[in-house]
Amino acid sequence: MAFEPILTKHVREPDSFTLDFYVKHDRGYEALRTAVTTMKPSDVIERVKDSGLRGRGGAGFPTGLKWQFVLKDTPKPKYICCNADESEPGTFKDHVLMERNPHLLIEGCAIGCYAIGAKVAYIYIRGEFYHVQLMLEHAIEEAYRAGFLGKNILGSGFDCDVFIHRGAGAYEAGEETALIESLEGKRAQPRLKPPFPAVAGLYRCPTAVNNVETLCNVPSIVLNGAEWYVALGPEKNGGPKLYCISGHVKKPGVYEASMRTTLKELIYDYAGGMLDDRPLKAVIPGGSSVPLLLPDQLDTPASFDAIQKAGSLLGSAGIIVLDDTVCMVWLAMNLLNFYRHESCGKCTPCREGTDWLLKLLQRIERGEGRPKDLDLLFGVSSNITGKTLCAFGDAAATPVLTTMKLFRAEYEAHVREGRCVLPSEWRARQPVFAAHH
Amino acid sequence: MSFHPEMQYAPARFHKSERMLAEPGGAFEYSPENQARFNEVVTHYPPEWRKSAILYALFLAQHQQGYVTRAAMRFVAGQIGCTPAEVEDVVSYYTMFYTRPVGTYVLNVCRTLPCALRGAERVTEELSAALGIQPGETDPTGTFTLIEVECLGACDRAPVVMVNDDWHECLAPERAARFVDDLRTAGPGVLSGCHLHVERRRI
Repeated sequence: MAFEPILTKHVREPDSFTLDFYVKHDRGYEALRTAVTTMKPSDVIERVKDSGLRGRGGAGFPTGLKWQFVLKDTPKPKYICCNADESEPGTFKDHVLMERNPHLLIEGCAIGCYAIGAKVAYIYIRGEFYHVQLMLEHAIEEAYRAGFLGKNILGSGFDCDVFIHRGAGAYEAGEETALIESLEGKRAQPRLKPPFPAVAGLYRCPTAVNNVETLCNVPSIVLNGAEWYVALGPEKNGGPKLYCISGHVKKPGVYEASMRTTLKELIYDYAGGMLDDRPLKAVIPGGSSVPLLLPDQLDTPASFDAIQKAGSLLGSAGIIVLDDTVCMVWLAMNLLNFYRHESCGKCTPCREGTDWLLKLLQRIERGEGRPKDLDLLFGVSSNITGKTLCAFGDAAATPVLTTMKLFRAEYEAHVREGRCVLPSEWRARQPVFAAHH
Repeated sequence: MSFHPEMQYAPARFHKSERMLAEPGGAFEYSPENQARFNEVVTHYPPEWRKSAILYALFLAQHQQGYVTRAAMRFVAGQIGCTPAEVEDVVSYYTMFYTRPVGTYVLNVCRTLPCALRGAERVTEELSAALGIQPGETDPTGTFTLIEVECLGACDRAPVVMVNDDWHECLAPERAARFVDDLRTAGPGVLSGCHLHVERRRI
C-alpha cells in the first residue's frame, strides 16, 4: 500500500483538470519543454525504450519499439492516434485520467508526436464518454492558449495539433486498425496485418496507436529518466499501473499501484475485500477477454508476465471479482451476449460463431441443454480462436473455454438437472430480461 | 434456414440486419450554427479525407432532429462528398445513431458483466415495469426510450444508466421506479452525473 501514485496523485482534488493546477502541482509541461528544447526525437524514443514502458491497452507491447518502427524516411505525414475507446468490460482507468488529469494526456500526445515526427495527434474517444470529451476539449483549448500546442511550441519550431474524434458506439473500434478505419469515416472493422500501422496506418501514412494510460506515462519517463521508471516495478514490468477493480468487492474503483502488488492485496487491501464477506469464486484479471484465475492463484503479482505465467493475461487490468453466487454458465452467456452484439461481422468464424455460442449457452442456461451441447460449445469455440483477423475472436471464445475448463461440473449440472443450479437474487426475475431472448 | 443440423437459426433473424430501414423524413439541412460547427471540424482532417468527419456530421444531424432520417443521410453525403450508401453503411454500424424517433430521455442501461453482477438485469426489469415498455421500445407519450447497451466503462459505479449524453451512476433496482418518476417530474437535474466530476459541470 506504500506506493505513491504518479498518474492519479491529484485526481481527487478539485480543479485538478485545469492547466494552472497541472503546472503548479504536477510539473506540468516540463517534460514537453525538456523534450522539445533539449532532446532529439531519437533520444526521446531511446529513453522510452530504456524505460521498458509497455502498452497499457491490453497487449503489453513495448511502446519505445512501436515508436521506433514508425517509418522515418517518408514524405508522408505521420500520426499519433490515442486510443481512448475504453470499452473492454471491467475497464475504466482511462476515464479517470482524461476526466481528472487531461493535460497529462495532452502532454503525452505532444511528446509522442515529437518523438515519431508527427504533427497531428487524434484522440479517438468513445461516444459514450461525452462528459469526458467536454473536459478534454476544455483542456486542449487551455493548452493552445498557453502555447503548449499549435505552431512553434515553446520556441522550438515544433508544431503539434491535438484533435478529438468522437466514436459512436463500437467496442471493435478499440482494435488499432479498426480504430483507424473508424477515424477514416468507415465501419470500425479491422484490417489485415501486415502492413502494420507503423508503416501504413491512418490515411495510409505511418501511425502509432497508443492507449491513454501509455501516453500518460511518457511525461514522467522523460522527466525522471528510464532507471527511475524501471525501479518502480518488477523486471520488465516497470512503472505505475492503474487497476480497475469491479464486481463483488466493497470498494470498487481505480487504484494505482506497482506491478509487484498481488491480486490478493488489490482485492482485499485496495478494494476493501469481498462484498458482504462472501467467499471469492474466481477473478477475471484483465477485462472480460481473458481466462479466469481461481482463489489459490491470488498471490500472483498483477504484472504482465506473472499473470501470463499463471495462465491468464493482465490485458487492460480490468479486475472483475466474482463471489460464490455467480453461475459460470450465466457468466459465459452474459459475456457472449456482449461479444455477439459487438462482433463487427467481418470474419465469418467470429460473426457466426458468437451467435452459435450465445444460443447454445442460452439453451443450457434455460435448462434445455443436451449432453452433446457441451462438446458443440467446445468445438465452436475452438473454431473461432486463431481464425479471425483480430484478437476479438479469441477474446469472444475465451469466456466459454475458460469456464468450461474450470467449472465443467456446473455445465453438466445445468444439463442434468434441466435448470440453472445457481440462480442469484441479483439476476433478473423474468427470463426475458436475462439475455435469454 | 440452417447451415448446420445442430444449430437452428431462427427464421431470417441475423443480427445486425434486424435493424429497420430509416424513415425518409422531410427536407433536411443544418441550422446555421451546426453548419458552422461542421465547417470547423472538417478542417481537423486532411482535405482529401473529409470522410473522417462523417461521425461528427451524423451526431450534428441527430442532435438537430433527434434521429437520423434518410434525408439527413443524403444531406450528410453531400456535405462529406460521398454517396448516401456510404453514409447508411456507417449509420447502420454504430449503435449510437437512431434511425427512428426516440423519447425525450433515452435510458441506456448497461447490461454487461460488471453492471450485471450488481443488479443491472433487475434495473432493466424494474424500469421496464415502471414504463410499461420492453427494451428497445419508446413509451406512448414519447418521453422515454429504454435500451440495453454494452459496457459503458463505469464498472466501479454499477449499475450505470446513460440518459442521452449524461450518466446516472449506482442505480439500485429498488430505486429504478422512483428514478423514472423523478426524471419525469424534475427533469435531467436528478441525474447523478459522473462522480469524478467534483466541480459538477462548471465548464
